[in-house]
Amino acid sequence: MSDTPFYSLRGISKAFPGVKALDQVQLDLYSGEVMALIGENGAGKSTLVKTMTGIYQPDAGELRLAGECISLTTPDAARNLGITAIHQETVLFDELSVTENIFTGHLLTRGPLNMLDWSEMRRQCIKILADIEAQIDPDILLKHLSIGQRHMVAIARALSFNAKVVILDEPTAALSIHETQELYKIVDKLKAAGCAIMFISHKFDEVFAIADRYTVFRDGCFVDQGKIDNVTQAQLVTMMVGRTVDQIYPERAQALGDIVLKVENFSHPTEFHDLSFELRSGEILGFYGLVGAGRTELMQAIYGVSNNITGSLEIAGQVVKIRSPADAIKAGIVYVPEERQSQGVVLDLPIDQNITLPQLNHINKNGLLNPASEYTLADEYASRLQVKAPNWHELVGNLSGGNQQKVVIAKWLATQPKVIIMDEPTKGIDISSKAAVHSFMSELVKQGLAVIMVSSELPEVMGMSDRIIVMSEGLQVSELQRADFNPEKIVSAASGGLNEKTIH
Amino acid sequence: MKKLYTNREALLCALIIIMALSVGAFADDFLSVGNLLSVYNDTSMLIILALGQMLVIITRCIDLSVAANLALTGMVIAMLNSSYPDFPVPLLVLLGAGLGLCMGMINGLLVWKLSIPAIVVTLGTMSIYRGVIFLLSDGAWVNAHEMSATFMQIPRATFIGIALLSWASLITIAVFYYFTRYARTGREIYAAGNSPTAAFYTGIDVGRSQFIAFSLSGLLAGLCGYLWVSRYAVAYVDVASGFELQVISACVIGGISIMGGVGTVTGCVLGAIFIGVINNALPVIGVSPFWQMAISGAVIVLAVIASSRAEQKSGRIILKQTMLATSK
Repeated sequence: MSDTPFYSLRGISKAFPGVKALDQVQLDLYSGEVMALIGENGAGKSTLVKTMTGIYQPDAGELRLAGECISLTTPDAARNLGITAIHQETVLFDELSVTENIFTGHLLTRGPLNMLDWSEMRRQCIKILADIEAQIDPDILLKHLSIGQRHMVAIARALSFNAKVVILDEPTAALSIHETQELYKIVDKLKAAGCAIMFISHKFDEVFAIADRYTVFRDGCFVDQGKIDNVTQAQLVTMMVGRTVDQIYPERAQALGDIVLKVENFSHPTEFHDLSFELRSGEILGFYGLVGAGRTELMQAIYGVSNNITGSLEIAGQVVKIRSPADAIKAGIVYVPEERQSQGVVLDLPIDQNITLPQLNHINKNGLLNPASEYTLADEYASRLQVKAPNWHELVGNLSGGNQQKVVIAKWLATQPKVIIMDEPTKGIDISSKAAVHSFMSELVKQGLAVIMVSSELPEVMGMSDRIIVMSEGLQVSELQRADFNPEKIVSAASGGLNEKTIH
Repeated sequence: MKKLYTNREALLCALIIIMALSVGAFADDFLSVGNLLSVYNDTSMLIILALGQMLVIITRCIDLSVAANLALTGMVIAMLNSSYPDFPVPLLVLLGAGLGLCMGMINGLLVWKLSIPAIVVTLGTMSIYRGVIFLLSDGAWVNAHEMSATFMQIPRATFIGIALLSWASLITIAVFYYFTRYARTGREIYAAGNSPTAAFYTGIDVGRSQFIAFSLSGLLAGLCGYLWVSRYAVAYVDVASGFELQVISACVIGGISIMGGVGTVTGCVLGAIFIGVINNALPVIGVSPFWQMAISGAVIVLAVIASSRAEQKSGRIILKQTMLATSK
């Protein structure tokens, strides 16, 4: 332990078109200590990691390593200085052996012909694996390993670069409890070896278990830092969410109608367990949770994407069996997916054809298309959503993200659904489109539609929803009515801190 | 560049005309109406098969079994005709088309229900269909003198001065043009190929679209089975061997994206005619057939380079704006 930080950042700013991702932030990492970086989605953590590892160049500010000012122009430069990050989804090669994975990019060679020195690499690989007490065969192909073991390999790879700064970006998100314990042990070893470690996590129990210090970010700004012993979980939550709500959300006050959707005891073998809820017409039901809480999987189950689901589903009082998206659309449930470009729209089809795609058999009973009537239908909904395009013959691939999202929503509205599920509806779209999507959502419920909104943005989920269901690790942990919305409660429930079910 | 890409068909058209004119400069006869019609007639089967292949490629699959399918139906029909010369030929044609359809459906079902990659399925069925020909015929040929006169005459008969073989391709073009533009299934095939995940989330059964594409490709291969055998008046195990590669080449030259989802009937037909003109023109100016293969190969590579470069140039709107901003 030392008093001067080993790797420190001062006044770092980074802006992207339309967004200031980091604003004058600071951060200190000490050798032999674990620093937990805490912040909501969108607080700027990922941008910071990328700045610290040479993937992004900061617009302003300085990085100091062991007291010296450094500039990281490439990820390679960072790696050569011993700064390495292990990402949530590890980037490794399935079809290569563990040894090959560890040394790809800095293969060892020998002799005048620069022949690859496999025996030396294998020897070093065994040594590194032994150092972190990972019992992994160096010759096994990566695809045969569990996710936890892959993390071990990723860490071993980082160590093979003689890492002095190790950044772990939500490393436990996909790990089992046992694997998480293994990871803690490795972190302890890295500490003992004098590495400066940054640990990003949404789970407070983890933070308190392994961190020595904490730093809190909010909306791209530095909030506070200090020793973990001098802070409580409640204080951390307040620092994380204690925001001024500067975005204006449409008024949401109206009488709810009848129950349109009733989900009972929905369970999936691995993703979620025993979820039940009702949804009334005119209601926006928010689903909040951390990444990996099972929200998207639940929505996809309702929409008929995943199989082997147990439980029952009623639409307007009638039990419906949904085995495919086609069944769901027929039953009046539509889904605006999170992955807009791959799941939401067909990029190489024009706007009008994207909008009519789900109901070609309705508009055209005999199987023959009528482009004029298609265009009319598309025109009605694309105009309602104010899609910005020269005309509706424009390819969707040429539109901005926000306008593509409007096309997806227009497509589903044209089918006149009863329930519309929106999965992260404003993820990655610009502010004005975001506001348009929000005001449109509130207009929809006024017309009696029922909306389920999955969102990881706390202000959005609190601003838009009539009711919020919080999920954590595949379970429904809390349900709050609008009057009881409270950011601290929601965040700590999602982080697994609040386990009692509060139903009003 | 973008304009050039969007007008790929015009470009292809111009190339074909330039090629025909320059060959015409060497041999006057080449540009006579009679010869041009015969060049088209020669290309008819390539056009028909390329259209079927186009649908399959659009759904992100490939059908390597078309030529084997053609050869098998051709053999079955030729054997039936030689054993029962009185069996009406139109029924034989229908039978051939039906048999081809069945073989296409087998491909389609394997891809759809068992999710086996199309290249593996059709590589397998290609060998199986060829093998069956051998089993049926014992390796023997069915020669012209064993076929009935009507059997061989039908494709040669003319209507308004154009051979029925050419008519068959013209009708197929018309039907496919309509199908891809105005049929619901046609639109779904494009969507399924362009973005299978988005199509699935939109309620389209992607596997079913692939099945339909394979079925149609098989149907056309069956039809061509009759056309081929009667036109060349012979059926044997290796009929049209390797022809599937020319069919796929025609699609690629015609701008059918091998990544699926993109391609037009016009482009596909022009691609086939392009190959047809090369095949017919090179012998006229005395180029060896080995050069023909190399030339069509080079054209394919050039076509792919041209289209991939064109795709790079066509940026998204966001990109263009930033580029404009920096260039100011």
